[in-house]
Amino acid sequence: MEAARAESLKATFLDNIRSIPYGERIYECQQCGTCSASCPTSSQMDYSPREIIAALRAGLLDRVLDSNTVWLCSSCYSCTVRCPAGIKFTDVMYELKRLGDKYGFSSRKSPTAKMARCFVKTIDLHGRNAEGELMARYYLSTNPFRALRQLSFGLRMLIRGRVPLLPHGIKDTKNLRRMISAASPEE
Amino acid sequence: MIAPTTNVYAYYPGCSLIATNKAYDISTRNTARVLGIELIELEDWNCCGATAYTAIREKRSFVLSARNLALAEKTGRQLITACAGCYLSLHKTNKYMAEDAGMRQEIRRALQAGGMDYTGGVRVRHCLDVLVNDLGEEEVKQHVVRPFEGLRVAPYYGCQITRPFGDIDDPEFPEVMHRLLRWIGAEPVDFSMMTKCCGGMLMYTQPNVGMELVGQILSQAKKEGAECIATACPLCQINLEAYQAKAARTTGADCRIPVLYFTQLLGITLGLKPKDLALSDNLTPSETIFASRSA
Repeated sequence: MEAARAESLKATFLDNIRSIPYGERIYECQQCGTCSASCPTSSQMDYSPREIIAALRAGLLDRVLDSNTVWLCSSCYSCTVRCPAGIKFTDVMYELKRLGDKYGFSSRKSPTAKMARCFVKTIDLHGRNAEGELMARYYLSTNPFRALRQLSFGLRMLIRGRVPLLPHGIKDTKNLRRMISAASPEE
Repeated sequence: MIAPTTNVYAYYPGCSLIATNKAYDISTRNTARVLGIELIELEDWNCCGATAYTAIREKRSFVLSARNLALAEKTGRQLITACAGCYLSLHKTNKYMAEDAGMRQEIRRALQAGGMDYTGGVRVRHCLDVLVNDLGEEEVKQHVVRPFEGLRVAPYYGCQITRPFGDIDDPEFPEVMHRLLRWIGAEPVDFSMMTKCCGGMLMYTQPNVGMELVGQILSQAKKEGAECIATACPLCQINLEAYQAKAARTTGADCRIPVLYFTQLLGITLGLKPKDLALSDNLTPSETIFASRSA
């Protein structure tokens, strides 16, 4: 990645992080690795949480965003409660997910990212989740045949009436949409 | 500020509890009724802007939560939910709005664009917190008619009830569910996985990762001699109950164990019937657990 683009990516990231409460604590990282050791999925990540901050400092954030790392964060907040520097690392991960999505890095192709985008579409439309629709969107955007792997689970849920087929939206979707577009018109 | 201890709450079910996890909703409402807690469903509530939404659109997710806070403010009551994910989204938005003037202004402006506003002051609660800390031991025990006789339960808290804020209890070594379980005659086992993550959404999107986590939780509960697991989160419940056979194949350990919402366990001892607790919705057998209460 060329130097100018790497600089601009880093600057955007830091700007966004600073706008989140306690975001400026990211400068306090001592590279102790408590986050990586606490993370339930770091063993599967190309870059562990500690390495993400090291990459940021080295101007290599693009490598993190082109890897499998950020969407493996399940938002369990273990790193956040243990960080001796008070960095809210889960919020950092959220920001990296959004950054990769916005800048078109390969992290956005993760199935978890696809699921999240389908979720947003469903919520924006109905104001509430609609499981049937969410699953249909997700499997169509990934691989419809993957749905077969969930067949036995789906049937057991269906038998117990645990999968509503129609969405139960809210009444005032019109005003809800006004609110969410006022929140961030550029989104 | 809204009066902290009145037994009437604005109730926020959340999307999971009206669909995949309606047993949690049913058992919450029925146990609350028996215990004299009145839950009034928040009129026209919307999605809390959960984890998956925040990961794509941050400000919008805060606005989604804030709309619910605005609805709750109008009722003048505390906002109570049984879902750990909703609890955290609502609580986090509430906290950030209170602490960060810039964010508060931005979110209020968005609400106003849709004809609403939130000025603050709503307290967001998880029902586990309310049952244990507002109602308390004496009140709960008074209503227990058929206590368990030492049923060994693995209390599973998951992530988002105690983390990151630790407002209800210690973020890593909580006690609150343990206490409730003892009040109803159960014996909480020493369970080192009690606040470890179940993988959440990863179970569907990257099952190889989720299965490992679920397998560790289930097999640890078995190893400690638990007869069932108690959950306080709809997603944890599904992950732990739906994939036990696969988790056993992945980890090579015994993973078969009944998984119930803590409200179902509580309800059983309050004398509620299986139907009132929607026990037949569960994907793991609950008959032995129901039968193990005192005669």
